Amino acid sequence: MTNVKDYIRQDKLPHIWCPGCGDGTIAGAMIRAIDACGLTKDNTALITGIGCSARFNNIMDFHTFQTAHGRALSYATGFKMMKPEMDVLVATGDGDCAGIGGNHLIHTARRNIDLTVVMINNQIYGMTGGQYSPMTPYPSIASTAQYSTFEYPFDVCELVKAAGGTYVARSTTYHINLTQKLIENAIRHKGFSFVEVISQCPTNFGKRNKMGSPYDMLMKQKEMSVTVEQAKDMSPEELEGKIVIGELVNRTDRKPFDEVYQDMVRKALAKKGEKL
Amino acid sequence: MSNTTVRFMQGNEALVEGALVAGARFFAGYPITPASEITEGMSARLPLVGGVFLQMEDEIASMGAAIGASMAGAKCLTATSGPGFSLKQEGIGIASMMEIPVVIVDVMRGGPASGMSTLPSQMDVMQARWGCHGDHPIIVLSPATVTECYELAIKAFNLAELIRQPVIILSDAIVGHLRERIELPDPSTVKIINRKMTDKPPEEYAPFEAGEDDVPFFAERGTAYRYHMCSNVHTEKGFPADTNNAVAAKLITRLHRKLDNYADEITCYKFFGAEDYDVLITAYGCVTRAARDAAKALNAEGRKVGVLQLQSLWPFPKAVVAEYAAKARKVLMPEINLGQLIDQVRLATDRPVEGLNRCDGAEIRPEQIIEKVREM
Repeated sequence: MTNVKDYIRQDKLPHIWCPGCGDGTIAGAMIRAIDACGLTKDNTALITGIGCSARFNNIMDFHTFQTAHGRALSYATGFKMMKPEMDVLVATGDGDCAGIGGNHLIHTARRNIDLTVVMINNQIYGMTGGQYSPMTPYPSIASTAQYSTFEYPFDVCELVKAAGGTYVARSTTYHINLTQKLIENAIRHKGFSFVEVISQCPTNFGKRNKMGSPYDMLMKQKEMSVTVEQAKDMSPEELEGKIVIGELVNRTDRKPFDEVYQDMVRKALAKKGEKL
Repeated sequence: MSNTTVRFMQGNEALVEGALVAGARFFAGYPITPASEITEGMSARLPLVGGVFLQMEDEIASMGAAIGASMAGAKCLTATSGPGFSLKQEGIGIASMMEIPVVIVDVMRGGPASGMSTLPSQMDVMQARWGCHGDHPIIVLSPATVTECYELAIKAFNLAELIRQPVIILSDAIVGHLRERIELPDPSTVKIINRKMTDKPPEEYAPFEAGEDDVPFFAERGTAYRYHMCSNVHTEKGFPADTNNAVAAKLITRLHRKLDNYADEITCYKFFGAEDYDVLITAYGCVTRAARDAAKALNAEGRKVGVLQLQSLWPFPKAVVAEYAAKARKVLMPEINLGQLIDQVRLATDRPVEGLNRCDGAEIRPEQIIEKVREM
């Protein structure tokens, strides 16, 4: 049984998250997954960008740094390449990862670098006060969509899959045991792994959209979710408005980026050797 | 020196050589004219010396990857030109605030916007100083020759490591692309500075607790030194304190004081021409070359002209300019822009300072300078 406290910087509590927020629940699942995988605190880095998700690594006792909005994956790429022996995780949000950092997400997935990304999808820019994000369902009310949103969200897991991400999974804060299991699998996976966790932001999304209490929002997640197995037999019309949870992609046919890089280095050295 | 190698080389290539000798082992870049030879050179060289070369998806990512790799302990380089330099500003601010050594090359081309991608300019001089938001300190060096591309690359890395600070090399399309003879010294004779590491135990270590020189100490990642860094105003322990006025004042003033403490190490310049000059030409980058030729011709015809080449542009070497300008009757500041650094020269001296400018993508030629000096 994981003692979550062992991984928390006690002097950094209380955290900044609002009552009913999913971040703490997901942070707990992440810690239990890290513990289950046998990662050590000294050998683990947790890199974040900006937003509520960026505060994961304030309280978590790993090698931590909070970088620029949307850029955590770029910083993590440079870091991992120079510290390939370390386990590197990124905690990010839907605005951070699928909005301002969307281009980095595509290409980090494409490179298949051995990072584990946990994207907390609360469907809103929470920290800045509830502006709509690329993941906000249509139609919704947000502080920048006082009458209604007028944009469609997209399926970020499909994006990561198309870009070449070799491990892609989705869960919710309601299904927290599944979330933990998927993060564990993601950490163990060699290559780019991405776990989207649908979360609730009662303060800045739920309240405006009359979604009730945090409990009601969690029950809504439960109601909307279907497993990957169930989804197989469902039509696109039936899947409309559903959250498909479980392992969406698990490929082992591509080497992780640092191995492919080292293959190139061997070729380069051999070629140079020929010339000498 | 028997171990000196003589080569015929491009400015961008010499910059690659200098960076490698300085210890650069990570490069992240994005294709852009006229800086691509640096990126290409690094892609050929780094895999052979145990380094990592990455071509990233955009300029922002290449800046981020370089900072991330430096956080892991590597000496990192990235290179770009105007449009990319604009995009890198976010990361330059992060590197200033988080005190991450990194060297950024901007091979200047004509602007604004996409401008003139193959033609030279010096239009990014003020952007190099104030391109990113906030009161951040910056070091900017500017080479005028192929040899200086090599030397200033080494100096840039040494300063970055010494002061934990992003350092910008402002090259230009002329200096980057021209080919000259260069004498490369034996690398073992080159002075290399590496970042200071803490000697405190992990439990006492604070990542932003500075030494007497106001520069904090690094600790190796992947060890028991588990510490936090953030880009907000932060405490010495590295945690956000972005509503704390006292912490903000202490941090931001220290960031600037670091550069003051090392002003002598940063400041570099050269003087050419007549010691008893009547007109002083202040120049930097490729314009230095035209200024030297002009001074030579003018001095041969009996005029007294000196050239002060500024190799360090920011922090602006005000005292040096003041000292040299004081001996002149008039000062001329030629620049391939509509007058950017000239204001700094004017602030440094009470001598009349005249500009000679162009913004058409062409170089300033010696004849133009000669003609101008004759009128002065």
